[in-house]
Amino acid sequence: MNIIAFFGAIELGLLYALVGIGVYLSFRVLDFPDLTVDGSFPLGGAVAATLIANGIDPYLATGVAIFAGGIAGLITAFLNVQFKILHLLASILTAIALYSINLRIMGKPNVSLLGQSTAIAPLEELLNFMPSWVATPLILLILVLLIKFCLDYFLNSELGLAMRATGTNSTMAKAQGIYTDRLILLGIAMSNALVAFAGALFAQLYGFADVTMGVGTIIFGLAAVIIGERLITNSSVQWATFSAILGAISYRIAVAFAFNLDFLGFQTQDLNLVTAILVGIALISPKSLPKKLSSK
Amino acid sequence: MIQLEKIQVKFNPDTPLETIALKAIDLTIPEGQFVTVIGSNGAGKSTLLNVLSGDIIPQQGRVLIGDRDVTHWQTARRSQWVARVFQNPLAGSCPDLSVEENLALAYRRGKERRLQPALNHRLREMFREKLASLGLGLEKRLRDRMGLLSGGQRQAVSLLMSTLSSHQILLLDEHTAALDPKTAAYILQLTQQIVAERNLTTLMVTHSMGQALELGTRTLMLHEGEIIFDIQDKARSGLKVGDLLDLFQQQQQENLADDALLLG
Repeated sequence: MNIIAFFGAIELGLLYALVGIGVYLSFRVLDFPDLTVDGSFPLGGAVAATLIANGIDPYLATGVAIFAGGIAGLITAFLNVQFKILHLLASILTAIALYSINLRIMGKPNVSLLGQSTAIAPLEELLNFMPSWVATPLILLILVLLIKFCLDYFLNSELGLAMRATGTNSTMAKAQGIYTDRLILLGIAMSNALVAFAGALFAQLYGFADVTMGVGTIIFGLAAVIIGERLITNSSVQWATFSAILGAISYRIAVAFAFNLDFLGFQTQDLNLVTAILVGIALISPKSLPKKLSSK
Repeated sequence: MIQLEKIQVKFNPDTPLETIALKAIDLTIPEGQFVTVIGSNGAGKSTLLNVLSGDIIPQQGRVLIGDRDVTHWQTARRSQWVARVFQNPLAGSCPDLSVEENLALAYRRGKERRLQPALNHRLREMFREKLASLGLGLEKRLRDRMGLLSGGQRQAVSLLMSTLSSHQILLLDEHTAALDPKTAAYILQLTQQIVAERNLTTLMVTHSMGQALELGTRTLMLHEGEIIFDIQDKARSGLKVGDLLDLFQQQQQENLADDALLLG
């Protein structure tokens, strides 16, 4: 594997780190297995790509995409808290509906952004003294860390602490005066907004949005969270969000290696198989496979 | 003051599994009274606490706290007046959060939860002081996960949590049942201390008849969803566990006699 491919893997890893953080929020913080992300990732891509292709400012388009993701999350959470539909089922319902909605938004199965201005291009321009295969991951890294620190701050705030209590012990949370329903709505909306943001960035980085680009998003997110937890065992908020990012990058690097080892004979269509094997290994492996970086 | 008016609770209403947990309960508890509640399994003790806390909304009847009708208020909204300690030491706290985070959660009970950091130096100092007053050495373990504490320590912290914000009503649901005798005695002593200091209206469910008579000033016995006796003050002071058992058996026989009459 050459250096450019390696940085490419890191770039994709950083992009999916946003999905990883989003899945950490739903899956770990709120204990809400949310499959909506399979629909909200392409939703973010579809909204951003369609708007940009129609001449809307890329930053505004990205903002609208994030907002749309939040709404998708709200719908799932609403189905769960209001009508008591099992979280898993509620999220599958939203995800399947989003497939049609994404087709409607784009009006066709995919939208190309070739030759269009994007939200990332002006930033790459600023860093034009370095090759773009370094500049793009660097921009993403700064963005992801910024989001990580904001989320850390939030989860350690009074409101964020209430959200964490909702996920670990909702009976106690209610007895402590926490309106758990509202926090589930907020948390799942935030999670899907992050995932839609990743979808919007994906479309702009790779120049297209496709209705099938969301297939397996949940498993990529879970891969990030679970592999990350194997690498860093400290479960405090700061370390957990960092581990989701590290997990997403490690996962992408592992995948890139798997595809580069010719004797394994993997081809592009084997991505989901490789993912399943990697996540499986991470799940089966004893909790602290590498040396504990820190224990708590 | 707490008032319950004709509270009826059914589980699985209108199904073949329908069971009546509380049958038209009327109960008035004046402010500052410490009431102990006893009764066999399935008598409706926990249901009674759940109706007060808001975890169960009764099918019929009204719940009043002070002058307010809170019958349809959810748990979170009532928590500004009602604090609760559960039987299971795990239930009253978040095992994944640290001791100080659990305390910070309780500190905001009944107040708005904002976007500012949940913990700061001032709060930590306050928590450390309060924990030190328990005499369990927990003041050194502020950052430990709650799940690492023993059952007794967790129950002591749960009690402490109930005192961190103002409230008037304390619900204790067999909160010493899962503890060894020595720890249980400690927790009970702590309970009495807190209740006396803060003049709380308290309901304590217990399985120990001795405890029920020893603590508080009033004892209720529930049986099959009804209050079968309610004794306080003078009538109660001379009572022993044996008398309580006799009373219970007497009631049972009367019930049996009633049934026999009906069936006969």
